[in-house]
Amino acid sequence: MSPAEPPRSPRRKGHGLIAGICGVAVVGMVGMAYAAVPFYRAFCQATGFDGTARRVERAPKLVIDRKITVRFDANVRGLPWKFTADQAAQTIKLGAAGMAFFTVKNTGDKPLTGRAAYNVLPESAGPYFLKTQCFCFSDQTIQPGQTERFPVIYYVEPKFATDVNTRTFQEVTLSYTFFPAPDVKPAKAG
Amino acid sequence: MATSADAHAHDAHEHHDHKPPFFVRWFFSTNHKDIGILYILFAIMAGLVGGALSGLIRWELAEPGIQIFQPHSWLAKIGIIEASKHGYNVVVTAHALIMIFFMVMPAMIGGFGNFFVPIMIGAPDMAFPRMNNISFWLLVASFAVLCTSLMVDGGPGKGFGGGWTMYPPLSTIGHTGPAFDLAILSLHLAGASSILGAINFITTIFNMRAPGMTLHRMPLFVWSVLVTVFLLLLSLPVLAGAITMLLTDRNFGTSFFNPAGGGDPVMFQHLFWFFGHPEVYILILPGFGMISHIVATFSKKPVFGYLAMAYAMVAIGFVGFVVWAHHMFTTGLNVNLQAYFSAATMIIAVPTGIKIFSWIATMWGGSIDFKTPMLFAIGFIFLFTVGGVTGVVLSNAGVDYSFQDTYYVVAHFHYVLSLGAVFAIFAGFYYWFEKMWGVKYNEILGAAHFWLMFVGVNVIFFPMHFLGMQGMPRRYVDYPDAFAFWNRISTDGYMIAALGVVVFLVMLVEAAVRRRKAEANPWGEGATTLEWTLSSPPPYHQFNDLPHIEAEGH
Repeated sequence: MSPAEPPRSPRRKGHGLIAGICGVAVVGMVGMAYAAVPFYRAFCQATGFDGTARRVERAPKLVIDRKITVRFDANVRGLPWKFTADQAAQTIKLGAAGMAFFTVKNTGDKPLTGRAAYNVLPESAGPYFLKTQCFCFSDQTIQPGQTERFPVIYYVEPKFATDVNTRTFQEVTLSYTFFPAPDVKPAKAG
Repeated sequence: MATSADAHAHDAHEHHDHKPPFFVRWFFSTNHKDIGILYILFAIMAGLVGGALSGLIRWELAEPGIQIFQPHSWLAKIGIIEASKHGYNVVVTAHALIMIFFMVMPAMIGGFGNFFVPIMIGAPDMAFPRMNNISFWLLVASFAVLCTSLMVDGGPGKGFGGGWTMYPPLSTIGHTGPAFDLAILSLHLAGASSILGAINFITTIFNMRAPGMTLHRMPLFVWSVLVTVFLLLLSLPVLAGAITMLLTDRNFGTSFFNPAGGGDPVMFQHLFWFFGHPEVYILILPGFGMISHIVATFSKKPVFGYLAMAYAMVAIGFVGFVVWAHHMFTTGLNVNLQAYFSAATMIIAVPTGIKIFSWIATMWGGSIDFKTPMLFAIGFIFLFTVGGVTGVVLSNAGVDYSFQDTYYVVAHFHYVLSLGAVFAIFAGFYYWFEKMWGVKYNEILGAAHFWLMFVGVNVIFFPMHFLGMQGMPRRYVDYPDAFAFWNRISTDGYMIAALGVVVFLVMLVEAAVRRRKAEANPWGEGATTLEWTLSSPPPYHQFNDLPHIEAEGH
């Protein structure tokens, strides 16, 4: 030992234990940061938090007279596709089924698979916006030059009219964006 | 303070004082005081770099139009920083990262923490002296990597310009070049450095207190560092995780924050602010500890409400972890969450208020001596209170919708950090000047430094409240003529503060040239903690025979 070595503490043995506990805490916090990702996704899908529209199996039982206007928005990113909503908006009763159509055309020269990400605005409408049928539930493959027309069946729950977060809204916008499906090579569309 | 200074005069260590040769002493250092000195020198240098960058910002904003961040300016001729609108964003980003990670944290935790925590608890050194050395040199490497990042391609131009918050998608698909990868690496290194330092401090404080130094007799500065390092230990790994996700999103095709693959960019904001909010308390808590010592010393009274002061810091640390989404009110949180985060944020004002009132109560009826450290400490209390009040304003979600990303926010966080934390650092620097450097500073130069800084920073940042309320947004290189008047005043303030920094450097040179011999305790009866029982500077190895601490009856 060089003369610069500081004197040993009598409790040196305990150092490793405390440092070890701290190390476990660090690893645990990194783990929790990663665990937050699937947890956050599941939380959004389960609760409709942050404008995540929910997928359900059957329609709500109650239909009330209050009406709402649903606007539609269609976008494409990274695919040579033309994607449009066939109607700008629809007005439906809360609880009643609405059916909207979307048209996709593959203008490229090879078959491509896309996946639609979706969101509703205002975000607080997420829990009350339900879909029973949607092209966004699975990846869609479109052949070159082919045009596909997709129906979406949706409901807005009657509770929309009573929840303090949503009752003042007269409109909801449903937005889709087609991205290249992750396991498929992205098209070099610039 | 619960330590009795009369118990031990441990000055007679000369026969142990074998200092290693220069290179071994300063480059392979394992001595906590030498490492503390290295950290302080590093922080001063990084502070000058960060301050120069803020000078570029204020120069650019002195008048409407683009003056220096354009191709024909002197900045373009120097060529280190890109002279473009992107270059302005790069400068803003680098100013923030340098001031946070390479100035305030190294000065408070690395510098004063390393130097004084072992002495104050009566320990001979830190628990892991070699790890201490690794922490310091990792930080130097990290700073070098960050400076490199300024000079390589970022995508839109040289360097990373996405702000210290580095939100995706601007930091992923918006900056395709290697500059941001270097910035991520730099943050990883700085984070590793701080986590190792935190483990070292926790082990030291829990395991190496001298006999009789119970937790409730520890000086408040040690308490403040203990709370700070716990925040570091629990929050930095989350940042490390989040920026690693950014790195893999950028380079390895993952989609944590990429909606195309089912990710959510808002998720990054949650992770970032889960780290970022405790981080701002990390920056200020050690300052709270130092201010308590300084106010008590120069009022010649023990600090008012010792236990309340200690547990107020613990409470601030706890609550600091559950308020992060007040940085994200405008991301579409529902109204119940906004109400919770507003209320939780306002609750922090309670322990903080306890501290402010306890400092005032400490001064009340005391025999106050307005030496330079006390001037800075009182300046800190004033500036931090102003920043705290605007913080309570901003914590209201409804108000925040209007003030989000305006200069009102810039004014707020500079009042608590640039002015609060930096004034605390200067207060501590003057308070311990003789103890650390073994020479006296010039009181007139110190006071001149204080008054120039105090006037300067207020003239810089107070007008930003007006600009923010008038709607001037942050992070833009240019602004409409309507904002010209107060921006001009703000830049004038910068020049006053810069003059203050010059006086600070003159003060350092004067002290180094004149070399007036330091006393062991220049502050007299008010200075009661263990460092004042040692010589100035302290012996190379202190407390070879551990001191025994007895209760003072409080």
